[in-house]
Amino acid sequence: MVKADIVRAIELKLGLSHTDASDQVEGILHLVKSTLTEGEPVLISGFGQWKVREKKSRIGRNPKTKEEYEISPRRVVTFYPSNVWRQEIVKSLNKN
Amino acid sequence: MNKSQLIEKLAVLTQQTNKVSEEAVNIFFNNIKDALNSADKVEIRGFGSFLLKSYGAYTGRNPKTGDKVYVPEKLLPFFRGGKDLRKRVDKGSQGPQPSFDPTMSED
Repeated sequence: MVKADIVRAIELKLGLSHTDASDQVEGILHLVKSTLTEGEPVLISGFGQWKVREKKSRIGRNPKTKEEYEISPRRVVTFYPSNVWRQEIVKSLNKN
Repeated sequence: MNKSQLIEKLAVLTQQTNKVSEEAVNIFFNNIKDALNSADKVEIRGFGSFLLKSYGAYTGRNPKTGDKVYVPEKLLPFFRGGKDLRKRVDKGSQGPQPSFDPTMSED
């Protein structure tokens, strides 16, 4: 599934024009992205949560040359699926 | 930001009613869930991709009692941030902010 499939679903279910449906999807992505860029978490109940984590610098090694170098401290996004969703996946697997 | 804040901000940003943005938000997240629940994966350019990742069984321990606990294999949703998202989050608020331009939102 790609973005266009979600836009199409919103078009059909809400009776919006393609442009308006596309704006809804782009708007969601924009708001989630800019919230995370500010370092703030995004919590969607029933779905999951994105958090921004600070990672300390550490020593890495080029596996080919064995050369050591410092991996700079960085901020990364981690997604934690909600318990509700985890249970849904267990159930849908048992059905198949 | 939680879901109701997302709905309100989306309505303002796109000049739609809260009702429309609420439905759009629900369809958006439910479609991603449905895709993964039926073992499909979801790829959204510039944002990231969702897929089911399998985690092998292992024997863990109850940290309180020290008892051995068998944890069976499990499938969990996994999100990998796209290049653009990873870059922006790492740079933080000093970096360029993502823009929203409705006229540029065609695929």
